[in-house]
Amino acid sequence: MKKRLMDLAVIGGGPAGLAAAIEAKKQGIDKVIIIERDNCLGGILQQCIHDGFGLHRFGKRLSGSEYADNCIVEAENEKIEVAYETIVLEITAEKVIYAMSSDEGIVEYHCKTIILAMGCRERTRSQAFIWGTRPSGVLTAGTVQRYINIEGYLPGKKAVILGSGNIGLIMARRMPLEGMSVEGVYELMKSPGGLTRNISQCLVDYDIPLHLSTTVVRIHGQQKIEGVTVAEVDAKRNPIKGTERYIECDLLVLAVGLIPENELTRQLHIEIDSKTNGPRVDENFMTSMNGVFACGNVVTVFDLVDYVSQSGEIAARGAAGYIQGSLKLKEEYTDITPGENVSFVVPQRIRAGNLDSGLPLYFRVKSRDENVVVTAIAGDCVCYRKKHRIVLPPEMLVEELESSSICENAGKNGIIINVTGSVV
Amino acid sequence: MKKEFTCIVCPVSCNLVVEDTDGVLSVSNNQCKRGMRFGENEFKNPMRMLTTTVKITGSTVKRMPVISSDEIPKDRLFELVEMLYKVTLKSPIQRGGIVLKNIGNTGVDIIATRTIKSKIREE
Ligand SMILES: Cc1cc2nc3c(=O)[nH]c(=O)nc-3n(C[C@H](O)[C@H](O)[C@H](O)COP(=O)(O)OP(=O)(O)OC[C@H]3O[C@@H](n4cnc5c(N)ncnc54)[C@H](O)[C@@H]3O)c2cc1C
Ligand code: SF4
Repeated sequence: MKKRLMDLAVIGGGPAGLAAAIEAKKQGIDKVIIIERDNCLGGILQQCIHDGFGLHRFGKRLSGSEYADNCIVEAENEKIEVAYETIVLEITAEKVIYAMSSDEGIVEYHCKTIILAMGCRERTRSQAFIWGTRPSGVLTAGTVQRYINIEGYLPGKKAVILGSGNIGLIMARRMPLEGMSVEGVYELMKSPGGLTRNISQCLVDYDIPLHLSTTVVRIHGQQKIEGVTVAEVDAKRNPIKGTERYIECDLLVLAVGLIPENELTRQLHIEIDSKTNGPRVDENFMTSMNGVFACGNVVTVFDLVDYVSQSGEIAARGAAGYIQGSLKLKEEYTDITPGENVSFVVPQRIRAGNLDSGLPLYFRVKSRDENVVVTAIAGDCVCYRKKHRIVLPPEMLVEELESSSICENAGKNGIIINVTGSVV
Repeated sequence: MKKEFTCIVCPVSCNLVVEDTDGVLSVSNNQCKRGMRFGENEFKNPMRMLTTTVKITGSTVKRMPVISSDEIPKDRLFELVEMLYKVTLKSPIQRGGIVLKNIGNTGVDIIATRTIKSKIREE
């Protein structure tokens, strides 16, 4: 078995892993490797051919592939080593990575630090609880995206989309351009899962109807899908009798949400936050295991790839500090917890002593509200306060706390993030 | 004539109302100037970016993702996409390379958004 000694191994070569590896090199870490199971870098972005990426980071609206290319070129300039077609199978508590490579078989990487950047994957049919037969032609939106945009293969002629998440909306727009028809988008909840902008430019532009409080209750067909039955649902999300409608189709597209990909993290017994389904991380995106960091969608599903890259850089600076021994690891953690109308906060805890400048907090609201104020409260001290015109669950909020504003109270009481309504 | 649009310029997603009184447009419900501009354009001549893929041979990758160099009239999207589906590229192609110049006399070029080498991972 081949054995390698590394300062830092980054698992996953998507935008998070790329940003982490590039920043690590800039921080002076010498032996850096990206381990990627695919035959190219860029991760999910390679199949996101639409534009709208990188407004924050590159100041330009790029397509997903252009954003990926920017990162790949930078990684090439930094001469970062990449192990392609290599999948990480196991990580041990001693920071030994076992990976299977198409060229070299099993390879063992002994690492000083590890950054987890495996991204997220989509919820599947079993996670959406749909009854009926098990025919072919039921695919997740991301799989459809990969078929059409990368493989150049059309998986059907007439599609029904279940779920109004952004990837489903993006694909609703994509399919008509490829000569496929989209009968409609069905959403269980009473409000759409994706951004209002995407409802407008992906559905309204292409005359695709959106049916809220409606879901697919049955799939028909033996070998190949022949149709679905949809029904409206009541306030408890139970189908309403008499509202069932049969729709003929040869493709059911599932856009029912994303979950961070954390099998490796769980194997390592790293603490997982039940609200994000990702590892609990600190101000450096370090997990509960010293020297193991995480960034990008493995931590929580970020909306904007710009934030994904940012988290990669934070993790890399943390890894550099860990290797150089400058990271304070003894200080007690201060918890950051979601308060009123907040569903989660990343990072979940901090060591104020490790902060040199600002601390970005990434979080989402539970429900839509207008004229709100975001506050960070430590005991009876308000360390942060900002007004927002409108807040929506599909739109992640990012607020930067000044490290000097995090007062002593925080240590004892923890910090609570609230989004409270009706400021005048 | 009165029309309603969702402003897609920023996440606030204002519900714009555009009214045409004898050729003079007035936008309301917008919360900023960018929304006013979007509303006027959307009323007169809605424009969109075009992104799709084009066939490419000579590589393990089968489709080249492309983007328009600028926005094009929304109602010509399908017609222009048809023109692109007649194109077959041959690798290698660099990102930024022009796939089709001045597509359908719009003054807009169609650009490759990814570098595709002849064999992937070839130096
Ligand atoms: C189908 C889909 C469509 C999306 N569309 C959009 C969009 O339109 N706009 C947007 O802003 N965001 C979109 N996203 C979110 C998108 O994932 C992020 O913007 C961004 O790509 C996340 O970057 P990442 O590096 O965290 O993860 P990824 O891009 O997913 O990269 C993770 C990488 O890790 C590799 N990997 C995973 N496990 C292993 C392992 N065990 N061993 C080796 N390598 C491994 C994967 O092959 C992959 O290359 C989409 C996500 C999905 C799933
Ligand atoms: S009008 Fe202004 S504030 Fe409203 S959505 Fe458009 S750009 Fe945003």
